[in-house]
Amino acid sequence: MNRTKGDEEEYWNSSKFKAFTFDDEDDELSQLKESKRAVNSLRDFVDDDDDDDLERVSWGGEPVGSISWSIKETAGTSVSNHEGREQLKSRNSFSSYAPLPKPTSTYSLSSFFRGRTRPGSFQSLSDALSDTPAKSYAPELGRPKGEYRDYSNDWSPSDTVRRLRKGKVCSLERFRSLQDKLQLLEEAVSMHDGNVITAVLIFLKRTLSKEILFRELEVRQVALRHLIHFLKEIGDQKLLLDLFRFLDRTEELALSHYREHLNIQDPEKRKEFLKTCIGLPFSAEDSAHIQDHYTLLERQIIIEANDRHLEAAGQTEMFRKHPRKASILNMPLVTTLFYSCFYHYTEAEGTFSSPVNLKKTFKIPDKQYVLTALAARAKLRAWHDVDALFTTKNWLGYTKKRAPIGFHRVVEILHKNSAPVQSSVFYGSENDKSEVPLPTDITGVCQSGGRCGHKVELSHQVQVP
Amino acid sequence: MAFPHRPDAPELPDFSMLKRLARDQLIYLLEQLPGKKDLFIEADLMSPLDRIANVSILKQHEVDKLYKVESKPAVSSSEQLCFLVRPRIKNMRYIANLVNADKLAGRTRKYKVIFSPQKFYACEMVLEEEGIYGDVSCDEWAFSLLPLDVDLLSMELPEFFRDYFLEGDQRWINTVAQALHLLSTLYGPFPNCYGIGRCAKMSYELWRKLEDEEDGETKGRRPEIGHIFLLDRGSVDFGPEVTSSDKSLKVLLNAEDKVFNEIRNEHFSNVFGFLSQKARNLQAQYDRRRGMDIKQMKNFVSQELKGLKQEHRLLSLHIGACESIMKKKTKQDFQELIKTEHALLEGFNIRESTSYIEEHIDRQVSPIESLRLMCLLSITENGLIPKDYRSLKTQYLQSYGPEHLLTFSNLRRAGLLTEQAPGDTLTAVESKVSKLVTDKAAGKITDAFSSLAKRSNFRAISKKLNLIPRVDGEYDLKVPRDMAYVFSGAYVPLSCRIIEQVLERRSWQGLDEVVRLLNCSELAFTDMTREDKASSESLRLILVVFLGGCTFSEISALRFLGREKGYRFIFLTTAVTNSARLMEAMSEVKA
Repeated sequence: MNRTKGDEEEYWNSSKFKAFTFDDEDDELSQLKESKRAVNSLRDFVDDDDDDDLERVSWGGEPVGSISWSIKETAGTSVSNHEGREQLKSRNSFSSYAPLPKPTSTYSLSSFFRGRTRPGSFQSLSDALSDTPAKSYAPELGRPKGEYRDYSNDWSPSDTVRRLRKGKVCSLERFRSLQDKLQLLEEAVSMHDGNVITAVLIFLKRTLSKEILFRELEVRQVALRHLIHFLKEIGDQKLLLDLFRFLDRTEELALSHYREHLNIQDPEKRKEFLKTCIGLPFSAEDSAHIQDHYTLLERQIIIEANDRHLEAAGQTEMFRKHPRKASILNMPLVTTLFYSCFYHYTEAEGTFSSPVNLKKTFKIPDKQYVLTALAARAKLRAWHDVDALFTTKNWLGYTKKRAPIGFHRVVEILHKNSAPVQSSVFYGSENDKSEVPLPTDITGVCQSGGRCGHKVELSHQVQVP
Repeated sequence: MAFPHRPDAPELPDFSMLKRLARDQLIYLLEQLPGKKDLFIEADLMSPLDRIANVSILKQHEVDKLYKVESKPAVSSSEQLCFLVRPRIKNMRYIANLVNADKLAGRTRKYKVIFSPQKFYACEMVLEEEGIYGDVSCDEWAFSLLPLDVDLLSMELPEFFRDYFLEGDQRWINTVAQALHLLSTLYGPFPNCYGIGRCAKMSYELWRKLEDEEDGETKGRRPEIGHIFLLDRGSVDFGPEVTSSDKSLKVLLNAEDKVFNEIRNEHFSNVFGFLSQKARNLQAQYDRRRGMDIKQMKNFVSQELKGLKQEHRLLSLHIGACESIMKKKTKQDFQELIKTEHALLEGFNIRESTSYIEEHIDRQVSPIESLRLMCLLSITENGLIPKDYRSLKTQYLQSYGPEHLLTFSNLRRAGLLTEQAPGDTLTAVESKVSKLVTDKAAGKITDAFSSLAKRSNFRAISKKLNLIPRVDGEYDLKVPRDMAYVFSGAYVPLSCRIIEQVLERRSWQGLDEVVRLLNCSELAFTDMTREDKASSESLRLILVVFLGGCTFSEISALRFLGREKGYRFIFLTTAVTNSARLMEAMSEVKA
């Protein structure tokens, strides 16, 4: 709301294009605009320092003085200040929050329960709560005698499961025969509480050999799913893979193994790891994706090393004029292609970093290629390249304009990069594939707007200043 | 302007008691660790906590500094550390690292872990393995019902969806049962229960078990809420895939905000007009100052100015919000997107929609949006044609990163994005399978089959339940005529239609076909108690429980239904969600 007048104008002018299907949408926009003006003009009357009960909300959405807000402040200071520990301490302490605008006027709560927050009233509250089980699991001393029955051996499977569900301490050691263990597990499953099922599984995992455990779980799918999720969560990858192997779930095995690459930060190590994934029993389709993933990272490592070197040397004009904003490592293929169209457009097909090489290696469809190359070249304002992207010569030697993507997209991209009106790509064809020679220039299109659907859209969007 | 409730609409129970309970319990737990202490809070718990307590309350109970539980190590000099966390393995590792570092440095402190809403045995196991079991004390803060609005309770457990519907982990079912138990203790028994879905059924059974164990508490009391309706997100999950034109904001908004209270259920197209009217009124009221004498002026300042100022501030907030929503809507070719979604829902121009999605992917526009559109296509078309599936998947991986291979695998497992199986024979297999999937048999059916059984029958259901209303002429969004208004008249959320139908019949009778199409043959249940203690007022209060999350569109649609029929709905959801969040939950690649 602190937008300057200029921004505001820009926003309203640029939002010409339709968002709603309602006919009177312009009307509504102007209504909103008007309301905003009216409210803003009232600003003078409203001074902000008065003390009403209104909650203050920072633009992040948290009320000033709220807990999330305070923590953000703590985090902010501890990040920015590694040295001065003493200073940090005092800045983090609560006392520094005292001079906040209105620590107590947050209408979030205290105003709600006024009277409840008097220190004296807690006595009764704790009294009221005293019979809710305040569980403290570690110290067993000083417990009422009855509690010692926890350790007695006579809990039946159903009693045991019920106690587990209530979070009570409960030993499972007496369930030693396989039959007892399975009965316990079945009891847990019939209760539906996943936490208890997992508790029993932890016990079974510890007291049964994995072959027996796997064999029994194979016919108990609910429990099996809990074990799989548990192993995923605690990161017991080895046992998880053994389990998938046992169950003959080869695809899950492969995916699980592949998932691990996300935890490897070092690009070389990641690449080596991906190599180990290539032979795994993925579906035919996924195998190709895995292979591509490996190849892509391999290329990225080469390109990255090379370009980092070039950039550091400072000899290459391209890198001096347009320093790289981020490393290309682990970026998607399309981003890599964009990068390569941006920095390595003219390179011969033989080099790994050339766009044509990428296109061939990864079988990038024409449509995707043109779209990406267009965006990259337009960003660099290399209008000549942009033109060339859409120019083909037929066997008679005539040049034609054609594009595998809708021309309205082309125009949109060009407009975003403020292409000059002379750029011949604006000679949009209403039919992408029609190979009609296109003689007019953009102004012509604008003036003749209305002739067909596409051109109307062009003239709408390309209001070149 | 806002739709008023009917004069005979029942009063809502007062849920602020839940906040008070949660706060008192937290204070009690903090007092279990007397003296100064630093409090480490999990990020996900911060905003729920903010709604029930604030810094000064924590400070009153000797919390010295606040930290966020995150990957970075924290520098705290306090002698007592308290951790307020969700029961997650990574939190246990974080705490273990901290405690073990202290041990190594020969430092002794007191540690307390407060799990919210409950502890899990897996967490304790990690504490034990890390050698710190016994060094830290554990407690539970059963804070599982956060009133977000007068009629909306959230459990704030977005992970419920992934944990249950993707991983098949039932760990939160007990939490749901406990929450229902608490509600029935506070607001009387619920005489009529309905439910659909496996998770709904399990939650219901466990809840009943809890009630039986502690019977007597609610016996003989007059029920305040006449009906309870439990719904699985997994069975009834087409709804949230559609872009809603409803507004949702990150600011704390609820009925306490007067302006928001009036606009929240409006279709977006109405909001501008409303705000502009408000602004004009405000202007007029301010203008009255001119030409007042001193006495009038004094009166004006003391009586009205404060209210006006407050309204003014709210108004500027909402106008700002509208602006940012407008900006987003214009930026992302919103109209084209809506057009595609509506075409998908109605099942025409499939080719055109597919190439729209393709282009969306190629342009590297929001990865979540692309996924959402693909899922919508899959759900409405009973899976993608294999050729399309392959080509869209390939392009998706090329545009957004190869590791999304895992996301696709997740979506397939959850039945949200699948490939069409060749031939019609499968429908036969499918209906056989769905008949087979009873609780007992489920264990023996392979995963391949169960994912098959999850395949949707969107068209048939949509026709059966008239989810896509036929509209003659223009749908006037200013005068909504049915629940479809939340989607510009294009679609009635499935969950809402089911609730409407069941409430009308007071049972599932006559809905067999729908239930079968939802693959829930054995999983739709009703349970009515014959007591007639329920007043007619309470019988028009309905608690709807969404397991796996609900959207603001569904809430708005049901609020509309309530106004039409003289009901009032109360919403209990594991989390307020939207399609983007569901997609994110399925995504394997964490930022």
